[in-house]
Amino acid sequence: MSLFKIYVCVKHVPDSAATITVLGSDRIDANVTFLINPYDEHALTEAARIRQQHAPAEVVAVCLGPSAAENTLRSAMAMGADRSILVVTPQDHDSIFTARALKSAIAQDGEPGIILTGKEAIDTEGMQTLFRLAANFGLPAATNVVKLQLQDAAALVECEKESGAVDVIRMGLPCVVGAGKGLNTPRYPTFPEIVKSRKKEVKKIDVAALGIARPASRVEIIELKPAVENRAPRALTGSAAEIARQIAAILKEEARVI
Amino acid sequence: MEKVALLIEFKAGRVKKANFGMATLVRRSGKAMCAFVVNDSAAEAQAALEPYGVQQVVAIRSGGPGAAWDPARWARAIAAAMDRFGITQLVGLTTPQGRDLLPRIAAQLDAPLIMDCLEVDLDRQMVKTSRYSGKTVATIRLSGRHFIYGLRGNAVEAQKAPVAAERLSFDDTPGGDGGFEVLETRSDGGEALNLAEADVIISGGRGMKSGENFRLLFDCARLINGAAVGASRVAVDLGWVPYRMQVGQTGVKVNPKVYIACGISGSVQHFAGMKSSGMIIALNTDPNAAILAHCDYYAVADLFDVLPELKRQLTASMSSAE
Ligand SMILES: Cc1cc2nc3c(=O)[nH]c(=O)nc-3n(C[C@H](O)[C@H](O)[C@H](O)COP(=O)(O)OP(=O)(O)OC[C@H]3O[C@@H](n4cnc5c(N)ncnc54)[C@H](O)[C@@H]3O)c2cc1C
Ligand SMILES: Nc1ncnc2c1ncn2[C@@H]1O[C@H](COP(=O)(O)O)[C@@H](O)[C@H]1O
Repeated sequence: MSLFKIYVCVKHVPDSAATITVLGSDRIDANVTFLINPYDEHALTEAARIRQQHAPAEVVAVCLGPSAAENTLRSAMAMGADRSILVVTPQDHDSIFTARALKSAIAQDGEPGIILTGKEAIDTEGMQTLFRLAANFGLPAATNVVKLQLQDAAALVECEKESGAVDVIRMGLPCVVGAGKGLNTPRYPTFPEIVKSRKKEVKKIDVAALGIARPASRVEIIELKPAVENRAPRALTGSAAEIARQIAAILKEEARVI
Repeated sequence: MEKVALLIEFKAGRVKKANFGMATLVRRSGKAMCAFVVNDSAAEAQAALEPYGVQQVVAIRSGGPGAAWDPARWARAIAAAMDRFGITQLVGLTTPQGRDLLPRIAAQLDAPLIMDCLEVDLDRQMVKTSRYSGKTVATIRLSGRHFIYGLRGNAVEAQKAPVAAERLSFDDTPGGDGGFEVLETRSDGGEALNLAEADVIISGGRGMKSGENFRLLFDCARLINGAAVGASRVAVDLGWVPYRMQVGQTGVKVNPKVYIACGISGSVQHFAGMKSSGMIIALNTDPNAAILAHCDYYAVADLFDVLPELKRQLTASMSSAE
């Protein structure tokens, strides 16, 4: 039986708790902790689960990012990826270019059985790379997946929508699955797994080597500014009843919502 | 004249309120507007949207009579309708439905898309949106042949400007399913109001101490028109309330007129989801809680004392208003 290849797209993002400083007018000081995009951890955890059910299978983590993203891929391998591919680029890219680069890197490596991603990246909040990647491959895609079951030639997924509703969708394999938070609980690596991940392969490809033409469609950051906060906190004091009365008055007179 | 299309979203047969802000945004640009309605009532859309200046309603029929929701097919139908009506700019909402449709349309057209826009300039194809968990605001320029925008709910205040609208229709052409098939859509009944569209959100965190105590928040929310209840991740992780109520970086991003945080410390990840709220009111027993330094009004008080009183006050102001 041929090897079932599970590709997981992993983005290298600033820690959500990091202090973000804007340099110049359009980029951030990258001298902060970077880690795996949280939703991609769900994708990795699910990939490791599928590998067990679909032996022989391998999990390949793929990232477009700076050379420092190697650390993020090491974490991905400690969490279960067997090997990884880093498309090295000195700059940030929009999701149109990113999806082309990921497609090219995956297609060069092998034939995907399934591709997993996160539903969104917490830095750029694009919410779209998985659909573009799927379109580049001509594959079906679903986002915010909270349940995934592989059948013979199909993936049965449940996608969470609002108010607790879910869509139950069948997609032919291969397909692209965007992991939502409800998919699983990420399994964090043990120390031996971390040690083992250091020996696993990170194949580096220069982005230029993929020969991707600059797309006619793109988005560019013109300006990045720290979010200004112009709130001047005012204390409400007195007894509980007095505080409640002031809140009701604010809702009515200032906010005009009641 | 250049026309901008609005992707209208319905809920239970009615046009969602958030569409009105979207119509207002486009009307202010001075461009002609046409509303796309997929497999829902164009008559209801016309009646609901004419007061907001929508001049045209296009009923898109996808998948034949009685066809159920199918995001892949709908996206193809919308892209085809854009082509048919010469639309280059499409504006939708950053709701779960918008997150499922807009990126599919963008991928199909290989068009630039920015979700969760706070501002959109339809003349210059520039938007403002938050980046890095709400810590920065980015001005972004889109280039291409088509432009797609997902607007954050409540980002633009709706303003009336009545016109009469005409109605057109468009049928999609049947095709293969592309290996994508919606087997069913299941609902657990859910709550009435979606957080992302609520005008007022009352949220609870670890300070609520149990899931049952969230009743205090629901009691107050019921007394405010357009109010919903949210939660911090801790309240969700402890199993007190479902994940869909989580506000924050890895939950829902909200933009209400008023956000009331009860027993929430104000972590950066929580702030990432609610910092653009019009007004923030915090109740916390700890005078050093981070949220107290980043809000408009706060009380260093026990939520279990204040919330029952607030319920009483709201009940009183409700009966005096009637
Ligand atoms: C990658 C990542 C993503 C995350 N995403 C999110 C997210 O989307 N949303 C989110 O909320 N968090 C998120 N978090 C978690 C976040 O870091 C905090 O842990 C969380 O927000 C804290 O929740 P809390 O404020 O309810 O609890 P705590 O920080 O424990 O605060 C509880 C507060 O309640 C107050 N209190 C206690 N009793 C009372 C009382 N009787 N009356 C009044 N006040 C009282 C306390 O003084 C305290 O300030 C994320 C974390 C990570 C690492
Ligand atoms: N540079 C990247 N490298 C690898 N995967 C990425 C990259 N950018 C986005 N992705 C994947 O696409 C998902 C959605 O990202 P986005 O569309 O940017 O919100 C992420 O959760 C990742 O799985």
